[in-house]
Amino acid sequence: MSEFSLIINGEQRTVNVDSDTPLLWVIRDTLGYTGTKFGCGRGLCGACTIHLDGEATRSCVTSIDMVEDNSEITTIEGLSEDNPHPIQQAWLEEDVPQCGYCQSGQIMTASALLKRNPNPDETDIDSAMKMNICRCGTYPQIKKAIFSAANNAQSSTGGDDG
Amino acid sequence: MLKAVQGETMDRRDFIKVVSTAGSGFVLGFYIPYTNKLNGKTVAPIIFEPNAWIKVKSDNMVQIIVAKSEMGQGVLTSLPMIIAEEMDLDWSKIIVEKAPADQKKYGWQMTGGSNSVSGGYNKLRQAGATAREMFVMAAAQEWGILSSECKTHNGIVIHESTGRELSYGDLAKKASLQKVPKNPKLKAKQDFSIIGQNVKRTDTLPKVNGTAQFALDVQLDGMLYATVVHSPVFGGKLKSFNEASVNDISGVTNIFEIENGLAIVTQNTWAALKAKKQIEINWDEGEAAGLDSEKIRKDLLDASKEKGGVVRKEGNVKKALKLSENQIEAIYESPLQAHATMEPMNCTAYVQREKCQVWAGTQDPNGARKIASKITGLSKKQVEVNVTFLGGGFGRRAFNDFVKEAVEISNEMKKPVKLTWSREEDMQHDYYRPPSLHVMKGAFDQNNKLSVWKHRITAPSILFSQIVKMPFPFKEKVDIIAVEGAKHLPYKIPNIQVDYQMTKTLIPLGWWRSVYNSQNAFANECFMDELAEKVEKDPVQFRLELLPKSSRDTGVIKMVAEKSGWDQFKNGPNYQGISCHKSFGTWVAQVARVSVENKKVKVHEVFCAVDCGIVINPAIVKAQISSAIIYGLSATLKSKITIKNGRVAQYNFDDFEVIRMNEAPKIHIYLTESDAQPKGVGEPGLPPIAPAVVNAVYAATGNRIRELPIKLS
Ligand code: FES
Ligand code: FES
Repeated sequence: MSEFSLIINGEQRTVNVDSDTPLLWVIRDTLGYTGTKFGCGRGLCGACTIHLDGEATRSCVTSIDMVEDNSEITTIEGLSEDNPHPIQQAWLEEDVPQCGYCQSGQIMTASALLKRNPNPDETDIDSAMKMNICRCGTYPQIKKAIFSAANNAQSSTGGDDG
Repeated sequence: MLKAVQGETMDRRDFIKVVSTAGSGFVLGFYIPYTNKLNGKTVAPIIFEPNAWIKVKSDNMVQIIVAKSEMGQGVLTSLPMIIAEEMDLDWSKIIVEKAPADQKKYGWQMTGGSNSVSGGYNKLRQAGATAREMFVMAAAQEWGILSSECKTHNGIVIHESTGRELSYGDLAKKASLQKVPKNPKLKAKQDFSIIGQNVKRTDTLPKVNGTAQFALDVQLDGMLYATVVHSPVFGGKLKSFNEASVNDISGVTNIFEIENGLAIVTQNTWAALKAKKQIEINWDEGEAAGLDSEKIRKDLLDASKEKGGVVRKEGNVKKALKLSENQIEAIYESPLQAHATMEPMNCTAYVQREKCQVWAGTQDPNGARKIASKITGLSKKQVEVNVTFLGGGFGRRAFNDFVKEAVEISNEMKKPVKLTWSREEDMQHDYYRPPSLHVMKGAFDQNNKLSVWKHRITAPSILFSQIVKMPFPFKEKVDIIAVEGAKHLPYKIPNIQVDYQMTKTLIPLGWWRSVYNSQNAFANECFMDELAEKVEKDPVQFRLELLPKSSRDTGVIKMVAEKSGWDQFKNGPNYQGISCHKSFGTWVAQVARVSVENKKVKVHEVFCAVDCGIVINPAIVKAQISSAIIYGLSATLKSKITIKNGRVAQYNFDDFEVIRMNEAPKIHIYLTESDAQPKGVGEPGLPPIAPAVVNAVYAATGNRIRELPIKLS
């Protein structure tokens, strides 16, 4: 057991866990943020996606000792403070989720994509989102929601209206 | 657009308890908020509870109870819509609550067979209409007028001539004193204002902000964690294990044998998953050890040589075959499939001396209750089964093996235990879709009219398979489920024979989305394409000529042909294929457009016409059909389960590959207008996709694919 400190959803936390523990289980079991899901444990499905210093990261294959002290972790619970994030807003409008289990991961991947690339085309979306499996097959709804979130963000910042 | 109160919808589910006293045939109850998550918001008491589904509160809110499991198919929205429609409720004043396991109160709670709406429709309409009528009676009494002078709207009773109004909340007390009407008046379809609308799902918010509680998310004070290692060979038994082999893993507290294998109990999930990988175990592999996919296939082929139990016989097949000079035969094969729900199997259980609590994402809560009671020796009353959200079901969670394990482990530990399976255990210890082999024979008469249809299904039976023992009292060796979609071939052909050859297997089998319909539709509809080609007919025309003009099959085929522009479409670079199949009461026809490059199939577009009777919520119906198409596409193009040395050869999503976003086609769904009873929508979208794609691949390549998933050589 070793001590690690990290910043999760803006909060400074210290945990005492085995150094090979994947962030996924630190986040879920130790810190109690259960919005981040376990799907495959091998970096294949994206259910466990979080933001590590802003980057979409598979937390099931990222052990805590790989993470620098005081790295910033954002989970679905910390994605937006008061207002739901534009991505979550678009998800609500499109009623994207079915069973919902993969959706935290989908949202974390999609929000990181939009941060990197505020105006993605279909290929950009496909290549970012193919990391995330949805067994309920909500891909068409996800794609639509990402486009509409991108459009909304564009128009609200007075950007191009295409 | 209508909107439900989303924040409250889910938060309240776990703190509602009604203490009831009987009064004039009703249950009057009040609330005990034992954990109030609404941060100080007071919870209004329930005043009127006309039946198991409805609780009217003094603050005008109405709780609607849903006794089916939400696994993505939208029951937490569609079932309340039915009640709200007949009750004339204000949709924004509804709180949806999930029912715990309680067969006495809620009846059949198993979620499956695409049956929640179709099976609940009449009952829930009655429930809503009964309540509505009692409010009207109460208002009429209050105003000293006749019931017939009142109408209802949005949770209010209105006296038409004077314009006086009373809300349901105001009337709840009085309504609870009315006599329950025997035959409440139901609305005519044209008066529906909620049914048929794209009402927003009630469960979206918690599913986009991470608060939706799946079984895996349950956390209890003092909880231990666990995982189970199952015999890699089906039916194998634990011989011994080396506890010392996991000595170096901290947090392992107990290791012991349970009926299904070896339980490892730990202080966190990671320790359990690590120990599971590392522990040395000796298994007695048993008789399944010699099993592999080749042998399974050969056994099916051998068995298919013998005639099975005949489930449909018309005309004289033998004679017609003799007379025909134009006949074809083909064999279609489908492999085992895993469900691979996104959420691996898991369950939390807390067995105490006088009670047992279970949190599970199960499709069969009462089955879970029974199992827990049997293991613990507690009465069913002492067992509480809380159904969480299900991270996918597709039939897998109709089996409670994971519940049984969690209860067994907690029973041993006498502590709360959260059992989590690894993805690998989930993949290797599913209840799989059975493998099947279909011998098809068709013949034409002198006028090139299709005169013979023969279909022999050879497959093990889910009902009668050796490992899963279902309590169904079938006597004959015919399994009516195995012939679903084959027996009821819609085409008018003078000589038909469909028979089923039941085989045995040591592999655990289960209901996989649409069950045998997936395999039977693949065989039927691909063979139809072969037959059409044989007489040089357009596949759509060929089908239509064999169907009555007014049939619903004709309806969906015509609709999809028209919407997709079937007749105008020019093959190349994309190619099209059609199929049609009815399952769970719903007719679905699909046109797939594909291209083939470097022996790889890409499905670009799927057009789909659906006739499911009255549509409760078009958006949810479309989402379900689209979901089933993509789920079915995984099995058409990518996934299969194979057996080697008695074990499943796949472990995770790298060797059991499924459709991802970049491979998902554009899907266009069209719903027919219908006044017929609403039918299932969770499964019927699946069966047509494989044949539609396979037929399109034939158009593209001239290659008849008769085995799934598609592999072009
Ligand atoms: S659980 Fe991390 S990628 Fe699947
Ligand atoms: S919504 Fe069920 S797995 Fe994506």
